Amino acid sequence: MTPDLIYGVTGIAVFGIGLVGALCAQERLRRVLALKLCSVGAGFLLVVGAWREPPDTPDPVPHALVITGIVVMVSATAVALALIRRLQTLEAEDDA
Amino acid sequence: MTDPLVIFDLLLALAIVALAIAALSVRDLYAMIVLFVIFGLLSALAWVRLSAPDVALAEAAIGTGVTGALLLKTLHHLRFASGQRSACMTPAIPVPTGVMLANAAFCGLITLGLAVAFLGAPAAGPGFDALVAGAMPASGVDHPVTGVLLNFRAYDTLMEVVVLLAAVVAVWQIERGLSDAPSPEMGEVWQGFARLALPAIVVVGTYLLWVGAEAPGGAFQGGAVLAAVGLLLLLTRAYVPQPHHRGIARGAFVLGTGVFALVALLVAGGGRVAFEYPLDHAKTLILLIEGMVTISIAVTLAALFHGREPVALRKEVRHDT
Repeated sequence: MTPDLIYGVTGIAVFGIGLVGALCAQERLRRVLALKLCSVGAGFLLVVGAWREPPDTPDPVPHALVITGIVVMVSATAVALALIRRLQTLEAEDDA
Repeated sequence: MTDPLVIFDLLLALAIVALAIAALSVRDLYAMIVLFVIFGLLSALAWVRLSAPDVALAEAAIGTGVTGALLLKTLHHLRFASGQRSACMTPAIPVPTGVMLANAAFCGLITLGLAVAFLGAPAAGPGFDALVAGAMPASGVDHPVTGVLLNFRAYDTLMEVVVLLAAVVAVWQIERGLSDAPSPEMGEVWQGFARLALPAIVVVGTYLLWVGAEAPGGAFQGGAVLAAVGLLLLLTRAYVPQPHHRGIARGAFVLGTGVFALVALLVAGGGRVAFEYPLDHAKTLILLIEGMVTISIAVTLAALFHGREPVALRKEVRHDT
């Protein structure tokens, strides 16, 4: 059993959990978080794909891709959260 | 099998999966965010085990730290906006159980398919290892990940900075005229902590940027750590954004993209391909780009946390146009 197998299965499990959450969760905040879990799961798979047996150094290209993905994900999350805040404020005004 | 590290890996993997499930099933939204932050930090630890320290740093600083702060801020706003009502309202029409089960079944099938594909994939196929290793002397830096990010695949990184810029533009537009939830009083202990932590964070962030040329670190990790300075300043109200600071903020947002694109154009103007830096100046150019991009990332992430564009009006006045 090598780390790539263990963490590869972990990444797929995390992706699946995030997918279920994104489709089935009720609150908006939880859905956004579920999508973030999906992205972490995808990151796991890319990092696992880059892994080599210890004496060899890992492949840097997938690492760069995952770093790019993390930054893009935080941008998308920030916009989604701003939309949530706006929606909630509009709904609170409608109720008042 | 007797390798203690394998046992550690198994336990860590179990903890990560359990935390992911717990974060999505726990009732309280605050607990959900705290569980997510622990999940993110353990994922970063797992990526260290997979010898990907750059990715682990980025995930810990941006994917977990900044995202967690954004989530907590939104939760605070939701609880404020909905007043006495609980922030975790269920929608008016609950989703039927059958639909939920069907969704879960399809997600399970997709996950199963991915697992089969992953386990059946040829192990350790040829990657870009040899190509990158061969081209490293021409990149101007010693750390392969920085070389890939800023030289070999610089277009990706340029577009990534543009995405950050687009995000802050979108957030300012969405929140235009939105009344802000008053930020909570942080107390004296917090003030003292901020005073102690701020100088240390500035040093760590700058070090991460500088060391990126030859070791794990770089613009994104350093920028995120420096963004934490902005978050602390905003939370302690040591810095309150003023309307006339908008110009400076806008300048800082586009600084990274502007310098990055300008360097590419200038290099291209000299009869080369864009991003084909002249070897003598490669390290200088890469450090210049990284420094400017770091400033942009730090200011942009702090602005994304602050959310609303600082406008010259009181909280009572709405400015809908």
